[in-house]
Amino acid sequence: MNLINIIEEIEKTDPEVYQRFDGRREALKKFSSFSGKVALAAIPLGLASMFKRSYGQTGTALVIDVLNFALTLEYLESEFYIQGLSSGVIAAVDVPAFQTISMHETAHVNFLISTINALGGTPVAKPSFDFTAGNGSMAGPFANVFTNYGTYLAVSQTFEDTGVRAYKGQAANLISNNAVLRAALRIHSVEGRHAAHVREIRRRNGLLVPAGVLLQPWITLNESGIASPLVQPSYNGEELTTQGGVNIVGINGFNITAEDASEAFDEPLTKAQVLTIVDPFII
Amino acid sequence: MQNEKLKESEGMMRQAVSRRRFLNYAGLSASALVIAASCQKGPNDQFNNDSLLDPESVRSQGGGQDGGKAVVNLGSGDIGILNYAYALEQLEAAFYIQVISTPYGGISDKEMEYLTDIRDHEIAHREFFRNVLGNRRIGGIIVDFSGIDFSSRASVLGTAKAFEDLGVSAYNGAGELIERPDYLLFAGKIVSVEARHAAAIRDMISYGSFADSTVVNSMGLDVSRTPPEVLAIADAFISTKILFQNLPTS
Repeated sequence: MNLINIIEEIEKTDPEVYQRFDGRREALKKFSSFSGKVALAAIPLGLASMFKRSYGQTGTALVIDVLNFALTLEYLESEFYIQGLSSGVIAAVDVPAFQTISMHETAHVNFLISTINALGGTPVAKPSFDFTAGNGSMAGPFANVFTNYGTYLAVSQTFEDTGVRAYKGQAANLISNNAVLRAALRIHSVEGRHAAHVREIRRRNGLLVPAGVLLQPWITLNESGIASPLVQPSYNGEELTTQGGVNIVGINGFNITAEDASEAFDEPLTKAQVLTIVDPFII
Repeated sequence: MQNEKLKESEGMMRQAVSRRRFLNYAGLSASALVIAASCQKGPNDQFNNDSLLDPESVRSQGGGQDGGKAVVNLGSGDIGILNYAYALEQLEAAFYIQVISTPYGGISDKEMEYLTDIRDHEIAHREFFRNVLGNRRIGGIIVDFSGIDFSSRASVLGTAKAFEDLGVSAYNGAGELIERPDYLLFAGKIVSVEARHAAAIRDMISYGSFADSTVVNSMGLDVSRTPPEVLAIADAFISTKILFQNLPTS
């Protein structure tokens, strides 16, 4: 095994390889002291950990961090549907749909735990939840969440729409890991399907939504269609009508309104924004 | 590990089934099906005749001709992926424009409302990519909707469902091929809207099928397809020959 050759190969694809090891001389010194000290058989392993320090750690640590953030949100959703289904709050006609959604959220929890483990990380423990948004008082603004179907649907819609925005906000942080990025996108679109269906349930139950609200499966401007102002942070920013400097309203002469333009693109939320939104639900 | 493999093959079988269903919805003849199937052989088999075409010249002209058939080359790198998305959005927008201009009999007000919104979203996506790509964009693709019965609710909604599910799988599979984080975010902003469309159309066809087991597997993951897989399926609705061999593969 010629370590110097290996480094030179790496240099072809990463010209900054030496900077990562504090310069070429330092890199070579590290490698030679390395090979001098350890048995040849151990070199691949040692090499791996050396590279992990210089390359992998930031990348993999960031990916694990994102996955643990996602896991927290999936715990929240999974538990919300398990409790909802056992509470009896869900209308009989919608029970199969919520069973489907619940099954997916629980599958996401399990998938994230096994992925975090596979990457050598430690999955966060499941928090305790207060779905009344009371921060543990169990008597928050949504005190009737498991006895009033309208409230339950409003909280469900907020969780799903927020979940879509949360995954979207993390995509760029997963760009270094194709497999994890692909999996996260495949979860992200499932959350989009859930959100659309919960909004459709609310559309079909005019008595359960505020007067005058006509929900659609997509998000118009920053409208939540929910009476409580508490959910507004989950919708702020969705009214965006320019994308990457391109104004979508009336684009190239087409009759695209601000409503259309906002609906056509879902917007990301940062991790900090999402954690603020879910904070009242996590004890 | 054994389980993982099993699940993966299950997923592939499901995709094969949903593809068959897709073709059924489109009302395609057996011969069209053979053509679509032959396109799955792989890029090398498929485009042997095009090896003499210079991708650069084709791209700079926004298209070319191949035995009377229009040709576009998506190009390489991020621009190639954006052109890929642009081609798919052209297909979707053209479909919904036709749906709204010749609505099927007995269309409900709510169906008209949803389908009109979806049309406008797809036009917004198409024009967005057109402007982002500027002079690096492919030309307009020519669609072939001869297999769709626009007077039939089942044919229109069945095709819409197939297009939306296909679009979701296309963006899910393209994300990892994108280098620039801002382009990745654009794709992310659009794919969840396509997922909302897919769920809405599915609920129109069969209420509650928004995320059924034909599109979401036992791990809770939606379908993901590579560009060659997507284009082989979309091929049944596109006359233009789309060259994709310069697209990134990882």
